[in-house]
Amino acid sequence: MRAIDRKLWRELWRMKGQMFSIAMVVATGITTVLTMRGGYDSLAAAQAEYYADTRFADVWVSLERAPEAVAAEVSRVPGVAEVDSRVTAVARLDLPDVEGLGMGRFVSIPREGRPRLNDIHVVRGRWLAPGARDEVLVNGKFAEARGLQPGDSVRAILNGRLRTLDVVGVANSPEHSYAVPPGGLYPDDERYGVFWMGRDALGSVYDLDGAFNELVLTVAPGADPEHVIAEVDRVVERYGGQGAYPREDQVSHRVLQTELDQNRVMSTAIPTVFLLVAAFLLHLVLGRMIATQRTEIAVLKAFGYRDAEVGRHYLAFALAAIGLGAALGTIGGAWLGEAYVDLYGAFFVFPELEFLLRPYLLLAAAGVSALAAGLGAMGAVRSAVELPPAEAMRPEPPPTFEPGPLERTGVGRILPSAGRMILRNIERRPMRAALSSLGVAFSVAILVVGMFAFDGAVYMMDLQFRVIQREDLTLTFQESLSATVRYDLDRLDGVTRVETYRSVPVRIRVGHREREVGLQGLDEDSRLRRIVGQDGRVIPVPTRGMVMSRFLADELHAETGDTLLVDVLIGERRSAFIPLVGVVDDLMGVTATMSRAALNDLVGGGRVVSGAYLSVLDDRRSDVQSRLARAPAVATVASPGTMYDTFEETLGESLYISIAFLLGFASVISVGVIYNGSRIALSERGRELASLRVMGFRKGEVSVLLLGEQAIVTLAAIPLGWLIGYGLAALVVASLTSETYRIPLMISPRTYLVAAGLTVAAAVASGWVVRRRVNRLDLIEVLKTRE
Amino acid sequence: MILRARALSKVYHMGEVDVHALRSVDLDLEEGELMVLLGASGSGKSTLLNIIGGLDRPTEGHVWYEDRDLVELDDDGLTEYRRRHVGFVFQFYNLIPSLTARENVALVTEIAEDPMAPEDALDMVGLSDRMDHFPAQMSGGEQQRVAIARAVAKQPRILLCDEPTGALDVETGKLVLSVLQEVNDTTGTSMAVITHNAAIAGMGDRVVRMSSGEIAEVEVNESRTPLEEIAW
Repeated sequence: MRAIDRKLWRELWRMKGQMFSIAMVVATGITTVLTMRGGYDSLAAAQAEYYADTRFADVWVSLERAPEAVAAEVSRVPGVAEVDSRVTAVARLDLPDVEGLGMGRFVSIPREGRPRLNDIHVVRGRWLAPGARDEVLVNGKFAEARGLQPGDSVRAILNGRLRTLDVVGVANSPEHSYAVPPGGLYPDDERYGVFWMGRDALGSVYDLDGAFNELVLTVAPGADPEHVIAEVDRVVERYGGQGAYPREDQVSHRVLQTELDQNRVMSTAIPTVFLLVAAFLLHLVLGRMIATQRTEIAVLKAFGYRDAEVGRHYLAFALAAIGLGAALGTIGGAWLGEAYVDLYGAFFVFPELEFLLRPYLLLAAAGVSALAAGLGAMGAVRSAVELPPAEAMRPEPPPTFEPGPLERTGVGRILPSAGRMILRNIERRPMRAALSSLGVAFSVAILVVGMFAFDGAVYMMDLQFRVIQREDLTLTFQESLSATVRYDLDRLDGVTRVETYRSVPVRIRVGHREREVGLQGLDEDSRLRRIVGQDGRVIPVPTRGMVMSRFLADELHAETGDTLLVDVLIGERRSAFIPLVGVVDDLMGVTATMSRAALNDLVGGGRVVSGAYLSVLDDRRSDVQSRLARAPAVATVASPGTMYDTFEETLGESLYISIAFLLGFASVISVGVIYNGSRIALSERGRELASLRVMGFRKGEVSVLLLGEQAIVTLAAIPLGWLIGYGLAALVVASLTSETYRIPLMISPRTYLVAAGLTVAAAVASGWVVRRRVNRLDLIEVLKTRE
Repeated sequence: MILRARALSKVYHMGEVDVHALRSVDLDLEEGELMVLLGASGSGKSTLLNIIGGLDRPTEGHVWYEDRDLVELDDDGLTEYRRRHVGFVFQFYNLIPSLTARENVALVTEIAEDPMAPEDALDMVGLSDRMDHFPAQMSGGEQQRVAIARAVAKQPRILLCDEPTGALDVETGKLVLSVLQEVNDTTGTSMAVITHNAAIAGMGDRVVRMSSGEIAEVEVNESRTPLEEIAW
């Protein structure tokens, strides 16, 4: 080993604390990029393969009933590549030992061969026997949750008749990778299953022999999907078409795609912050090192070491720190990536999901890290290279100070000398202090933005399930019932209030923009279900006109006072102009609401309702629920309270895991900045501090002088971090705004305080480590030597 | 008598070699006296100063400040001893670069029990017109005078000076020494001044010559040599 390399290794060892803290910053950045980008790659690859494999559809359209010939007609629409027709239905399940109501989505599969589109993978058991009436395949998640095996049976109420179905196999489909029950928000595998059944068997139950009620199709390459959708809608309109929708609106696909997009954005943003912090720390540490090694550099040069060799020597320090970080980060990323993808596997079912660490990703991570090392080392190495040997032999001239602008405002006069020392040290290197503060501020911001998501989610769920949906049970009926059904419900023991509603699929048109939604009609004195914006203001159900979600209004470019053209998609399929009388800033789903009376007038068909909201005494709830579950007219019974409880439970768990990770991430930054900042201050001012110790300053007093600067850096970082955190939260809110939910930009004081508190704790811990070095200052040395 | 050292020995273990920096030294510092400690490099004078200044501990022996044995004090006790009773003047001044002359002095007076005003201390060393200058704006001699003002401003009982003129030219050095002498005259602070420069010896009341860790000779000056007559 060459002597200069020995110097490198020994000095690396001497600076191990600083080098390690920088390596950790890099490692965290690399871990995140590998985990999130690797996770994205893995999921995207699994998704693409799965979709191709199963011939996943581009467009879905539900209708009331159409003869098989209509499918052929749709296939002739220009731009349609492939069409498959099927029968689908939602039915209640009779599940033992389950609180709440079991529900199943039934999907038909063809008499012969595989489905042309949206094929399924049988993972266990066998395919349905030709002509079998009672055989079904069930989805994997449901089978797992209920412990179902081929050979078991499930009881379901199909079109009002109780049937015992034989499970012959377990299957999965990309349509139900993320299986959300109708009206639900999260998968509920205990209570919700997907069932594939023979077309003849299912068709005859729902009086759809030789007919279908759903079409799925693919769009030919190059064709305009919107155009295809419009044409398909036109064809199926007279068969009760309820509006075709593209893959982007398919629930399972949309949830997965949102996750993927988030991963892609975060996998770039987060590591960038970490690598910039690492570059900044290297810049500080190497800059200081070269200042203290001036004479050594001069000696090297005097003996004929070339500039390039000297430069390479110091660059090697940067590369060592970053290289170690990249190595640790790669190990961390490979490990965490596995866990991360497993976590997704628990939510999304993919046949071929495994964590992929693509070579390009490793190369890119290594390349970007090397770039950060270069960036950080550049200034310091250049000053080492440019140092003329004769000048370098002389010690560095003493630093010049002057009262800074802050002090000249008069603050200085009220400060003791120690305070002025701290202030001037900051003001002499304002850029260093500012960048240090910025670094620590990112640590605060990471915590704020991480915890804010929970604040927002809690607020959103609270608004939805405590303020908007105040019913204990939500009923939907198999088909519209006379409004007098409310009296039957009222008579149920334990029911304290009944409100009925009607929901009708409509197309709303404003100019050339249009949108299909379920238009709901509420009782005018509705108290269980209300229209409430995110500011908590209750909007009364209008006697005339319509109120809609801000999200929907924005999509339609509609404003209060505009006139909407509403096409009813059922019954007589009437159309009417209806004024938009209000827009509500709600947070979940998109709603369009009218009074039930006005809706009945619009649709025709008399005073009918499609469901009801019930208030039920707590101790009677399960009785009422099971009684309703047995009523043939009831299609679904949901309990918003249960949904909220599940949400809170899941949230609690993920909150702690997230905070642990965020805290780790944030600490790595704040420890890196404060620890290195204090070490450098100690190196620059160790002599000064030691002479104060000689003059009788106590250890604590000297530590205040040393760490005061870092304390100010940290304190200044807190409001800055709050501000950055708020900005990042706003970006997150903007990127997460979707039809399904809109997280409000609300950050609780607790989040701000916890973020600040945790960052201060990390800074104090780093300062404490350096403070121990103050106790070991060599007091005798300063009497004799000159720096 | 303010300070009394008896049988002081100090052994440094340098690898496998033991270096005897002090060999059973006895030394007294009288109230108000100006003592010059003279010796070549490695004679043990700095080690002696460090021990009586509470910066280091002897391997054997005792040092009494008034009736307290410094050897029995822990680190915090030694810090308090330095803080209350001892002033130091260093060879390389060791001023705080971020503070002006006045603030450098104030830094010490702010933690002292009965200090002078920083302005008075600086006036005593002849720097009333340089009070708001930073160290980088002052000459070496001026910086050393600030250092003296800083050391005396807290009104210590003992002032210890380690080669105070070591980094200065002759004229500036003499000016600094005259300041020390004047402080001794006006405040009555007991002083020990270390030097390897024999020419300075005449300025003190007593000259202690050291060699190889032992006191070779103690010489009492009947009268101090005026600084104008000293040359080196």
